[in-house]
Amino acid sequence: MAAVQGGMVDAKDELDIKSEPPSDGFGNSNANDGRLLSSSPGAGTGGTATGNNKPAPGPPEEQQTLLAVLQFLKKSKLAESAEILRREAGLPEDALDPKGTDASGSGPGLAAGSGQVDGVDASSLLSRVTVSSSAAAQAPKKAAAGEDQPDVSVVLSAYSQQGDPSLYDAYYSGLKRFIESVLDCHRAELSQLFYPLFVHMYLELVYNNNESVAKAFFEKFSGDQECYYEQDLRILSSLTKKEHMKGNETLLDFRTSKFVLRISRDSYQLLKRHLQERQNNQIWNIIQEHLYIDIFDGMPRSKSQIDAMSGSLAGEARREANKAKVFYGLLKEPEIELPLDDEDEEAENEEGKPKKKKPKKDSMGSKSKKQDPNAPLQTRIPLPELKDSDKLDKIMYMKESTKRIRLGSDNLPSICFYTFLNAYQGLTAVDVTDDSSLIAGGFADSTVRVWSVTPKKLRKVKSAADLNLIDKESDDVLERIMDEKTASELKILYGHSGPVYGISFSPDRNYLLSSSEDGTIRLWSLQTFTCLVGYKGHNYPVWDTQFSPYGYYFVSGGHDRVARLWATDHYQPLRIFAGHLADITCTRFHPNSNYVATGSSDRTIRLWDVLNGNCVRIFTGHKGPIHALAFSPNGKFLASGATDGRVLLWDIGHGLMVGELKGHTDTIYSLRFSRDGEILASGSMDNTVRLWDAMKAFDDLETDDFTAATGHIHLQDNSQELLLGTYMTKSTPVLHLHFTRRNLLLAAGAYNP
Amino acid sequence: CNREERRFAEVSRDSVKLMAESAGLELGDEVAALLAEDVCYRLREAAQSSAQFMRHAKRKKLTVDDFNKALRWSNVEAICGYGAQDAMLFRSVKEGELFFVEDRDINLIELALATNIPKGCAETMVRGMFTLLSSVVAPCSVPAAVQSLSDDLLKYYQQITRAILGEDPHLMKVALQDLQSNSKIAALLPYFVYVISGVKSVSHDLEQLNRLLHMVKSLVQNPYLYLGSYVRSLVSSVMYCILEPLAASINPLNDHWTLRDYAALLLSHIFWTHGDLVSGLYRQILLSLQKVLSDPVRPLCSHYGAVVGLHALGWKAVERVLFPHLPAYWANLQAVLDDYSVSNAQVKADGHKVYGAILVAVERLLKMKALSLPQPAEGCSSSQPGCLAGPMGYRVSSPGLSPPPEPLAEAGLGIASHLQAGGAGCQWEEWSPVPLPAMYSELYSFFGDSLAVRFSTEQSFGGFSPCTPSHFRETRKEPLGHVSNPDTTRKMPQLTANLNISPRQDGSPRTDPPPPSLAATGSVRSLARSSMQRSRASSSRSGQRSIGLSRDVFPKARFTSPHSGPPTFSFVIGGRQMGRRCQGRRPFQTIFVPTPPPPVVLPRVYTHKLPVIGRVCKPLRRWTRSHYSLHLPL
Repeated sequence: MAAVQGGMVDAKDELDIKSEPPSDGFGNSNANDGRLLSSSPGAGTGGTATGNNKPAPGPPEEQQTLLAVLQFLKKSKLAESAEILRREAGLPEDALDPKGTDASGSGPGLAAGSGQVDGVDASSLLSRVTVSSSAAAQAPKKAAAGEDQPDVSVVLSAYSQQGDPSLYDAYYSGLKRFIESVLDCHRAELSQLFYPLFVHMYLELVYNNNESVAKAFFEKFSGDQECYYEQDLRILSSLTKKEHMKGNETLLDFRTSKFVLRISRDSYQLLKRHLQERQNNQIWNIIQEHLYIDIFDGMPRSKSQIDAMSGSLAGEARREANKAKVFYGLLKEPEIELPLDDEDEEAENEEGKPKKKKPKKDSMGSKSKKQDPNAPLQTRIPLPELKDSDKLDKIMYMKESTKRIRLGSDNLPSICFYTFLNAYQGLTAVDVTDDSSLIAGGFADSTVRVWSVTPKKLRKVKSAADLNLIDKESDDVLERIMDEKTASELKILYGHSGPVYGISFSPDRNYLLSSSEDGTIRLWSLQTFTCLVGYKGHNYPVWDTQFSPYGYYFVSGGHDRVARLWATDHYQPLRIFAGHLADITCTRFHPNSNYVATGSSDRTIRLWDVLNGNCVRIFTGHKGPIHALAFSPNGKFLASGATDGRVLLWDIGHGLMVGELKGHTDTIYSLRFSRDGEILASGSMDNTVRLWDAMKAFDDLETDDFTAATGHIHLQDNSQELLLGTYMTKSTPVLHLHFTRRNLLLAAGAYNP
Repeated sequence: CNREERRFAEVSRDSVKLMAESAGLELGDEVAALLAEDVCYRLREAAQSSAQFMRHAKRKKLTVDDFNKALRWSNVEAICGYGAQDAMLFRSVKEGELFFVEDRDINLIELALATNIPKGCAETMVRGMFTLLSSVVAPCSVPAAVQSLSDDLLKYYQQITRAILGEDPHLMKVALQDLQSNSKIAALLPYFVYVISGVKSVSHDLEQLNRLLHMVKSLVQNPYLYLGSYVRSLVSSVMYCILEPLAASINPLNDHWTLRDYAALLLSHIFWTHGDLVSGLYRQILLSLQKVLSDPVRPLCSHYGAVVGLHALGWKAVERVLFPHLPAYWANLQAVLDDYSVSNAQVKADGHKVYGAILVAVERLLKMKALSLPQPAEGCSSSQPGCLAGPMGYRVSSPGLSPPPEPLAEAGLGIASHLQAGGAGCQWEEWSPVPLPAMYSELYSFFGDSLAVRFSTEQSFGGFSPCTPSHFRETRKEPLGHVSNPDTTRKMPQLTANLNISPRQDGSPRTDPPPPSLAATGSVRSLARSSMQRSRASSSRSGQRSIGLSRDVFPKARFTSPHSGPPTFSFVIGGRQMGRRCQGRRPFQTIFVPTPPPPVVLPRVYTHKLPVIGRVCKPLRRWTRSHYSLHLPL
């Protein structure tokens, strides 16, 4: 008993530890962080967390999970704890019937997650869970617990059931013939089946050691697949041995996640009838076990509609994945009294931004006082208090924004390009402070370099001994603490032991974050130019990191496929966002700091709720790893850029793709909306900066009668109309873009001679 | 199946077996095949994950580093030793169908002691630059490449190029001076080199060509610049000026000869100071000069360029290329010179130019050769006076050939001394196929007594050398020459020791008998500018010059007491010689016996014969004047 409880306690401890930071960090506000734990320690394996983290998990699914746990406990001879769990969950007794007793069970899988064995165990377990749960969802027979429960050992090898390998060819070609013969309107939809079926059949063949058949199969049908799957097909084709399947990440994705297809009910019926007639069980099995068919009522989609949305590693997003409500509105600006001085006043009246002046009655100001219906509660996420210096900066910001230039298609921004010269060591990341006074570069030689781009030099704070000598009462104490001797244009920060892939300034310009290949994120002080904290947790290269627009929080994402939310004063993450099927390549905070967007090599973008760690949006449509994200200043839209050279625009509230901007010929590494959101600037590896008419892109859409219910949008190919300008650099890839507070566009990159 | 296999590089079974063997293992076919397949898969896997590191480093080129990172993260040891930036040389052995990466030995000592250490890498920096301004104009009017430069540099670049190519000579001089001493223009080097490569587009404008050449000189002399591979580009621009039948040459009034001479000097200067930056440069230059020389279709001015070029590169070059080629070339030249038809006048005049150039070149060849035989270490012994005389002396020789135009005046010295230094350096080399007497007799058969006279009278003229106007230039340039010397020392320390001897020795002989035609042009220029300095120069000069070394090596040296002979003598011979070219092969001693015709007359006659030069009365008069003035002390 003791042992059993110990096991349980362990697991619980884990949960407690995980949920502790938020209660510290968020003070009083976390009423419902119950699901915070979401990703167990085994998150590194990617798949483990998937199940836990399902947005809006349905009851049958949860039951299935419990069953799986029960079975596992049983298998591990933890009978009593299983019993307790069963009773707690209110499951019938027969749920505990031992079915497959596998000797391979090695320890509490939930709590472990460290060893390879455990990881595999857990993931396979999960795959079973998802398999059965979705089976339940599809064939809505409300699987009574214990009924038709697949054997654990069967689940362990999802591919072990096999038909006659020599017939695979015939099965596939049979389906192909059928799909080619159906009506045009159905053909496009049903063609979506080709790719996942092809992959799974191929893997089954490989898994069952039918190497030559698999090769022939691949040879025969790989040419039929959509060109945007080429990358995956290449990986697949190199995989011809069962042993290779073990460590292959792509494979893991295919086994642990279901490929999602959206098909209209008519088409689906057609398919089902065909398969039943032909008794084509092999294919039917695959569809049942490895695919998730999202059936909708209505018109079948056209080829172009399908193409626009497909391309990700695991098919499209399920419709219900994008149903959660997202509070995309902006937070109310804090009330700050502008010092009533000088001529700025009139300027402000004309173009008033959210500045609160007591004696004023300007319309714009009062409007922003009203709570945006789409905005989250002001206290939904606890935000740091404004310091005096922050208020000063806000005032500066408002003053500056009164001088902002209104951009538009007929009034393009000036572009100033910051070229990194002699960056032979390799420039890998750039960031610019919001007030455009500092620019920082992350380099492949593990250094971070910070430049001042204003005449104001960078100075360190004096040493402790010297600080003691200062008159602390004096008015200019802030000036006195700076060591004039250290003034220079450039400061180099040493500390990382691998290329620095992501950097981000804190909004108050006191800190700098850098994420590196060495698996750490470091927080640097821009007062002392020293490293303050090293945040460890990712254990794999961290590709990107970004500060929240309100400071204090930051998000990071990396090779371990999870994004983490941190607070600067916690050495452990507050949230772990798990769900992506491949590396997280870029991370962005929503302007209201309540959401985080992550782009991934699995060619999807996910939006996560900071409050509860749920994934609230999944956007598919890119055909390559996503390397750039940008929220529009009003928080309504998201732009994303990928290696496929396309920029996609998304409506966050509706969860829809709303635009496609074609023009770049290489990976897009930077995206940025102008301060008022009229212009979208994109910078790419093809050495160009392009400006797009964001206003028009979004306006056209709003007049459109898009069917939010089905999510089937008709993208018009109007990239050329929206493209306002293309500006070449001299063999300098554009790594970063930034609009100054007055709407001057700053671009940065390293000259590649 | 084939198509599939072609998509990837495969590691074959045999490769695996070979590798196993080299590790001392025997593998069965089956095992090897399995292993090969697995290796392929693992390689692809690693390549695929390394691509991710490349993408995040925002590069398009996969590096060894990326691959090693991928290995590291999949718990495989990284492969060391392939991190160099240079491309791998992939070699094949045809017979064995073997492919391998060339692994060259690197001489660390050489590397450590290399004198031409590139200036340290510039600091990484950020520079802002507008690419789009006021939403209307894309101010890409600046050459796109210049965008990466800072504003200041850009301004500097514009000012300098404008000044150099502009009208104001004073401004130009200042600009050149700055170009020569500015330590911060490394980033602009490519742009200047580009500007200079514009020689081809201004081949009609001697003045511009001249200015561009001066720009080359300034760049070459700037001690802070590391020219690197740009040397090649500079050399090709200079070679263009030397060898091409410039558009400016069509008009006989244009003095493109001077330009060629100057360019030749410049070439030798570049070569001796920066030749080590580009391997095989010397050979390339020689080859192209030789090609021009042996191409009878080329106009005479090109041949002239080739000869001066060779001459400037040192007597070794002359010996290797010009001397063996001389018999063949001589026939052509002879034909030109023998044709007295009016229509041929122009060509004939050109021919004389070439003739003169060859004469000067072979003469120095003989002298240097003679010198190198008896006392190779002479330089050291005579170093004391040589220090000063070295640069000067040599200057004498090259201007003697044909004095450089005004702006060159400053440079002439420095350049020449480098050149000479190099030449001297060469002379201890292996190569000496034709023994001196044989060479002399062969040359004598071509040139007749003019050769002999020059040779034997050298001391006397060397001592007093009153007749050569070029003297003035030399002396005048002296201070500058010394200024430029430190540069040389810095760049090629090993050559400085030799500097002392050679210039003086072969410089002094050359002073006296410059082919009048050349001397004429030269004097014109130098005198025009430096008449003030003339007297001072000549007086200061004489002292050193008298310390000549006696050379009695040559059988034909018949003027043993040259001091007595009036300096005019040389001119007489020269004049006659040139005038009577048709009898070139006949020695005509008779001419020496009679008293020379009045020196004043002769040059004039000569110039009449050579309308080419284009310098009419004025230069002539000056020449005469100088002549007189030179004789005054006697």
